[in-house]
Amino acid sequence: MALSGKLAVIDLTTGEITKKPIPEKIRRLYLGGRGIQAYLIYNYLKPGADPLGPDNVVIASAGVLTGSMAPAAARTEWGGKSPDTGALASSNMGGFFGAELKFAGFEHLLMKGASKKPVYLWVHDGEIEIRDASHIWGKDTYETQQIIREELGDEDIKIACIGIAGENLCRFANVRTGPKDSAGRTGNGCIMGSKKLKAIAVRGSQGIQIAHPKEAINYCKQAIDQIMMTKVAKAMGVDGTSYIWSVTNTSGLLEWKNGQTNRFPFGDWHDMTIEAFEPYKVGMAACFNCTVHCRHQHRIDGVFGEGPEYNTQTAFGTFGLNNWPDMLRNWHLADLYGIDTTGWCNIVRGVMELYQRGIIDKEVTGGLDLSWNNAQEITSTLIEQTAKMEGFGAILGLGHFGLIKELSKYSDDVGYYIQHCKGLGKLGNVDRVQPSFSLGIATSTRGADHLRSRPALDHFGLPEEVLKKLYGGYVSSDYTSYDGKARMVRWHELTYAVVDCTGTCKFQTVFFSPNLPCYEEWRKYLLYITGMEFTPEELFDVGERVYTLERMINYREAGFTRKDDYPPERSFKEGLPYGLKPVRGVHLKRKKYEKMLDEYYELHGWDNNGLPTPETLERLELDKEPSHII
Amino acid sequence: MQKMILIDYTRCTGCRLCESICSLYNEGVVNPRRAKIKVIRWEWEGLQIPTLCQQCQDAVCIAVCPVKALTRDEGLGYVKVNYERCIGCRVCIAACPFGGMSFDPVKSKVIKCELCGGDPMCVKFCETKALQFVDAASADVVKKRELGAKVLMAIGKAEEAQVQ
Repeated sequence: MALSGKLAVIDLTTGEITKKPIPEKIRRLYLGGRGIQAYLIYNYLKPGADPLGPDNVVIASAGVLTGSMAPAAARTEWGGKSPDTGALASSNMGGFFGAELKFAGFEHLLMKGASKKPVYLWVHDGEIEIRDASHIWGKDTYETQQIIREELGDEDIKIACIGIAGENLCRFANVRTGPKDSAGRTGNGCIMGSKKLKAIAVRGSQGIQIAHPKEAINYCKQAIDQIMMTKVAKAMGVDGTSYIWSVTNTSGLLEWKNGQTNRFPFGDWHDMTIEAFEPYKVGMAACFNCTVHCRHQHRIDGVFGEGPEYNTQTAFGTFGLNNWPDMLRNWHLADLYGIDTTGWCNIVRGVMELYQRGIIDKEVTGGLDLSWNNAQEITSTLIEQTAKMEGFGAILGLGHFGLIKELSKYSDDVGYYIQHCKGLGKLGNVDRVQPSFSLGIATSTRGADHLRSRPALDHFGLPEEVLKKLYGGYVSSDYTSYDGKARMVRWHELTYAVVDCTGTCKFQTVFFSPNLPCYEEWRKYLLYITGMEFTPEELFDVGERVYTLERMINYREAGFTRKDDYPPERSFKEGLPYGLKPVRGVHLKRKKYEKMLDEYYELHGWDNNGLPTPETLERLELDKEPSHII
Repeated sequence: MQKMILIDYTRCTGCRLCESICSLYNEGVVNPRRAKIKVIRWEWEGLQIPTLCQQCQDAVCIAVCPVKALTRDEGLGYVKVNYERCIGCRVCIAACPFGGMSFDPVKSKVIKCELCGGDPMCVKFCETKALQFVDAASADVVKKRELGAKVLMAIGKAEEAQVQ
């Protein structure tokens, strides 16, 4: 059945492997993917565990629909306790790994303990072998996958692996699969490295039994038509997420030089548009079962790669990589080493500003000139140093908390310029003019990140009746307003949690358009594919349960409370110098933000300090956690 | 009328929805290993090529089958398997020049595309039209029209002729 995928608990210290079915009760409460993973973290992680020690866990979770023919049911969630933030590690990747994991008979792989020597897992048709990986330790993320395929003799094996950044315990090392997909944020690759786990290879022929095949086929066709009818799906299929860049850039919604300005300061911005990328583009590709196909394929210096994505384009651009060749080459390098580009670039932006202000100098950087106009010269060296944890890179690779601690001896202001929420670096996007965006990245359960709650609809100026219907209460249609934005953010948080439980792609949900699938559609996917009956309200409750449990993980492991629910200080203090009226000179107002945060807690059923009240825990059946049912 | 599935390799994005839907429609399960179509991917080169039975006019599989389990459907013209005769020897797999014959590891049987009885699901779900269901006798015309469209684009008349 669609629900027969098992949990495997793999103890890398002893080599013991236990396989367990997912009980129905857990399904109803947490659905799958990110939801069941949060449950597993809360239950299997020893409270207060050292993120780099054997008591930490790293979990790969396919969604409940991953591997089925539901549109873009391709996603895999990775999590544990983050070595980057000390709190929840959580990152989601596309590609083909998750589907193959399901075909191999598993939905969740939980790795605990630590191996003495490098190993990789070979997961195939219900079997799991721990194999020696001494010969691939030290290899990059492309070569690692090629060697394992050759060794096991099957080109269709899907592999998730780490590069040398993970091996060397760079705190924001990622997990990568295929040429493109990364579980980038929060350092899951670092956890794998600490366990000497180089890779997981999966292959299966078990298939996913569909509860109502005929209805499922008909409904999926209908859903695909609904998705492909939207303008955003068409645009994504041609330009990928990079289509956003020109819009945000010309509206003054990108933060250049670490948020000091919002007008492109590095030459001609036309060199960075998606139109200027055409000479390098070779085509568009898709993840498993996705009709939108938003993955760019490109070739630079004869080397094939996939990307760009808007996020990394912004990340590299905002510290001075102002043209495609430079960006693509460094991008490729970061991919081979297995580094989260979003986090790394934010750190680099920060230290470049410290350098600009004379807080650090060449003595600290090991002789590197971190001037903004020198980005082209130093980027590849910095990436390499970070991946190898050598030279100045050994400090960058400590993550935001580690870096701030290390550099604070030079100035008390270091924490102001290294911008983060809960220890995770922010994006290159301006948040301070859009209260909903600021609240979202600040309260996100994995630290500064848009994929937890990004209320893109806030930019569309939709009629307030439409917003009221969607969000169940008043929400202002003005994106600079604070009114109702707590409601909006909370709704998106819970909704995206459900998406991550299903294992489908957020780009085919309300993330981008109110016409894309939402609760009613997911209810039908679940019914026809798995046979499980949920009402939209019950699904919303699942989202709330998952989000609150993640909040509990953060409190238990890192003590995160209200004090950690604020965007970087700069967003409150400095207005932006350019742009039209809604953007120019605007920064967050502290009083209004506090009020919005109060409203947000109230809607969640959390107390004034941002912790779930006993009534909320009882209502969500979280009061007995950890319950150790599986 | 004899029909065929015409593949345009350049349009394939490698999503493999064709594999999922083929196995689901024909076997009630999403399992690419049991699909009659397979997208071969060279992911380090960015290439993805769908492969399936070409329903050859002079079919090698029919010729080599030792028990005459393979015959041609008189209506749509596809090659079909008679499982009462098939002994699963896989000689057809060895002989097919396209890899058009597949093997179902669950049923331990040879499987091949039989056009879903006239409404192939892979074609229906292929959004980029990398797969098209066409009249076998005039498949070339489809290709010719595509060439024509390129010429129209080159001379700037595409909009007038409503060519995409």
